[in-house]
Amino acid sequence: MAFKPEHEMHRRRFSRNLGVGVVLLGFVALVFALTVVKVTRGDPMAGYDHQVNPELAPAEASQ
Amino acid sequence: MADTQTFDEPHEAQFGDYLQLLKPRVMSLVVFTALVGLLVAPGGLHPVEGFAAVLFIALGAGASGALNMWWDADIDAVMRRTKSRPVPSGRVSAGEALGLGLALSGISVVMLWLATNAVAAGLLAFTIFFYAVVYSMWLKRLTPQNIVIGGAAGAFPPMIGWAAVTGSVSVEACLMFALIFMWTPPHFWALALFMKEDYANAGVPMLTVTHGRKSTRAHILVYTVLLAPVAVATAFTPIGGPVYLVAALGLSAGFLRGAWQIWRRDEVMAEADGYKVEKAVFRFSLLYLFALFGALLVEAVLRALAVGGW
Repeated sequence: MAFKPEHEMHRRRFSRNLGVGVVLLGFVALVFALTVVKVTRGDPMAGYDHQVNPELAPAEASQ
Repeated sequence: MADTQTFDEPHEAQFGDYLQLLKPRVMSLVVFTALVGLLVAPGGLHPVEGFAAVLFIALGAGASGALNMWWDADIDAVMRRTKSRPVPSGRVSAGEALGLGLALSGISVVMLWLATNAVAAGLLAFTIFFYAVVYSMWLKRLTPQNIVIGGAAGAFPPMIGWAAVTGSVSVEACLMFALIFMWTPPHFWALALFMKEDYANAGVPMLTVTHGRKSTRAHILVYTVLLAPVAVATAFTPIGGPVYLVAALGLSAGFLRGAWQIWRRDEVMAEADGYKVEKAVFRFSLLYLFALFGALLVEAVLRALAVGGW
């Protein structure tokens, strides 16, 4: 059985597939960078994680 | 055998065809104005967040462009300027344009929300809805004021950029919106005067067709007269300053002079010199907007150096 590993279609669609691949990689890199920025700053993540953390309470509530 | 036929389509879409669906030329204006809105806003974003904000605002604009091309494929096929677009030329199917537009709309809004805040994301969602549904589907084929309505969608990016930083909308953001909103009609009607396209055959009620070219010339003058005070008023807000004021006065005087000349001319004069004045005003209007937003950017830099503002 003749088996052609690379169909002509693969060559024809190479630029399209390459473009989609680059876009997806860029998107992954951007989401990763955004995650690093937000986690490093940490504002929304600082919460009551399993135990009460009095210094995080708003000033009015703690008085 | 049916499967092999799909491999041999004569006009298989390339990556660039999908990019064309996003109207990259319109996107350049969106990127620039959104970036200025973001940079002149008080406070600041981390550079990665700022980059993501501008990227997803541009992507949202591109998504609405794809939805527009899906809906307007029938009239795009009739008009000379647009018949080589991906959908009317057959390179991309209408369904693909719709799918890409909807998918990118969702991605851009959700990602802008995650990268910045809900106000910016909400404004982006409204902009996409406004351009795709209110403008493209509803009013574009209904009223000769379609350019004015379409201009509103194009005016949102600096406001979204501002909201991405501040989480709210202010007078400054509204003035940047008004600047593009008032600028769009004279810009496009100047183009419509010398680009004699067959809007009538396409069923699009352009002002030049419905009200005549003399009326279009009057409309250009009226909108330019209304634009000038908006441009100058921005100078006296916290994002303005002396540099911007000089630019706004000089550029507005130039635009008013051009609009006045257009109003004074008739078709015989315009035909005689090949629409020289109309073409010059169209080119100047592009410079006008980029220079005004550039001046806002200069003011922001000067403020950062503690030498700008009033």
